[in-house]
Amino acid sequence: MHFSGLRVIREALTGHKGWKPLWRNPEPQPAYDYIIVGGGGHGLATAYYLAKTFGRARIAVLEKSWLGSGNIGRNTTIIRSNYLLPGNEPFYEFSMKLWEGLEQEFNFNAMVSQRGILNLCHTDAQRDAFRRRGNAMLLAGADAELLDREQVRAMAPFLNFDNARFPIKGGLLQRRAGTARHDGVAWGYARGADMRGVDLIQNCEVTGFRIDGGRISGVETTRGHIAAGKVGVAVAGSSSRVMAMAGMRLPIESHVLQAFVSEGLKPTIPGVITFGAGHFYVSQSDKGGLVFGGDIDGYNSYAQRGNLPVIEDVAEGGMALMPMIGRARLLRVWGGIMDMSMDGSPIIDRTPVEGLYLNAGWCYGGFKATPASGYAFAHLLATGRPHETASAYRLDRFARGHVIDEKGVGAQPNLH
Amino acid sequence: MLIPHPLLGLRDAQEFTYLGDAALLNRPDGMAEGAEAAFAEYVYLRDNPAGVHRELWFHEQGDRSWLVVTRDTTTHEILGAELARDVKLKGGAA
Ligand SMILES: Cc1cc2nc3c(=O)[nH]c(=O)nc-3n(C[C@H](O)[C@H](O)[C@H](O)COP(=O)(O)OP(=O)(O)OC[C@H]3O[C@@H](n4cnc5c(N)ncnc54)[C@H](O)[C@@H]3O)c2cc1C
Repeated sequence: MHFSGLRVIREALTGHKGWKPLWRNPEPQPAYDYIIVGGGGHGLATAYYLAKTFGRARIAVLEKSWLGSGNIGRNTTIIRSNYLLPGNEPFYEFSMKLWEGLEQEFNFNAMVSQRGILNLCHTDAQRDAFRRRGNAMLLAGADAELLDREQVRAMAPFLNFDNARFPIKGGLLQRRAGTARHDGVAWGYARGADMRGVDLIQNCEVTGFRIDGGRISGVETTRGHIAAGKVGVAVAGSSSRVMAMAGMRLPIESHVLQAFVSEGLKPTIPGVITFGAGHFYVSQSDKGGLVFGGDIDGYNSYAQRGNLPVIEDVAEGGMALMPMIGRARLLRVWGGIMDMSMDGSPIIDRTPVEGLYLNAGWCYGGFKATPASGYAFAHLLATGRPHETASAYRLDRFARGHVIDEKGVGAQPNLH
Repeated sequence: MLIPHPLLGLRDAQEFTYLGDAALLNRPDGMAEGAEAAFAEYVYLRDNPAGVHRELWFHEQGDRSWLVVTRDTTTHEILGAELARDVKLKGGAA
């Protein structure tokens, strides 16, 4: 089934009777060459690129719940490549380039919208740091513009420029950044993988690994044993739990991050805007809801819901930055469990168990990474070598002292 | 969340800052054989369990004591709290 404008018109004229389910619902086979554990954005993208770009076959994605039930369907949909460090920026810019061609690539509307991200600065020191970061972005082939106060005012006149404590001094703008429809991304990759023969197996939780002589030979699941040549784990907030079944401890704590959406409003926020003096960021969905968020709750959690103090804190940040938000009514609040890693950066690597690979530690920023993460993980699974943009994401970098710590806060996951 | 402080009674968790797994009380011996590997593990690796977790909270806006709080990470239910000092004197957080 190919999607196109013509097809939409034809279906509209014939009562929408020609649409088909986007993927099959197959029974698990006894054995696969590649098993991907976790049917979130990263797992589905991995399976897609394994089949399409690397030409591999006999692939399954095992998802304990339904496809997209995890963080891929819970995030605030921001995509950007505005990182500082050399281990990160080329990877996120690679991801940004994949986003730019994604909808044509997998023939699905993921509502990729390059509406820009504006990070505000409130002190001279912050502006200097942004200048440095912007230059690092330009060096990696990304776009960056440093705006002064008046340029920010022209873009977003509703901000509180005269906040006595946190006056807005300017901002770092990445025009190519923006948002994408999170579910659409999962569905697009799922459909593309299924079309190329990947078995997407839902309600199938991995409960153990079968390891013979240091080599993986398959997985135990709630739907029985499935043999596999190679296994790639991409389970986001559950990485520690899943890898413990292979006898590994990870440099990760699981934390809850909350997200918020207001009632639908007329268009008011031009792109994504982030407060530089407190943790608050906001964008407006195409339906009109203000989508915003802030800090993680800050203690280990697998509860998939947060507590009131952070809601209050986020609301205070919003009021400090754009007092008009006080007039909007909050519609929904929800939480997702994420892997907070010890340096705030992810892991895409093999493990001490031969044939077992790990994609983890995405913190609160893994949605934007979805295309590149899938591509790089597929590259690693197919060729045994890291993708050139992901070569810093090694599991042993902590013991070696090669951490990638964007914020410079050290081994304290709740501060990243 | 309310933390049952052993000296002060129920206190709002907002008065505290969170450090992490109470296993951090068991600092390796820097002079021992294999200290480098032991420290890499101590600093970076965590059990990160889903369920009962013993963890360090600092009563920053209170009496500035360190507590070991026992909490269920799947429900946020707090099961108990002790002074970290007492836990350490009893031999650590294992
Ligand atoms: C509130 C919130 C806001 C966010 N905002 C942004 C943002 O604006 N921009 C951004 O870039 N990132 C954001 N993120 C982060 C981003 O959502 C995640 O980093 C990313 O989605 C994680 O990768 P994933 O999509 O593969 O995860 P998931 O969708 O969580 O996929 C993991 C899957 O593994 C499955 N699984 C777990 N255990 C097992 C098992 N034993 N067997 C089988 N399957 C299993 C789970 O059910 C789940 O479906 C946000 C996260 C949250 C929670």
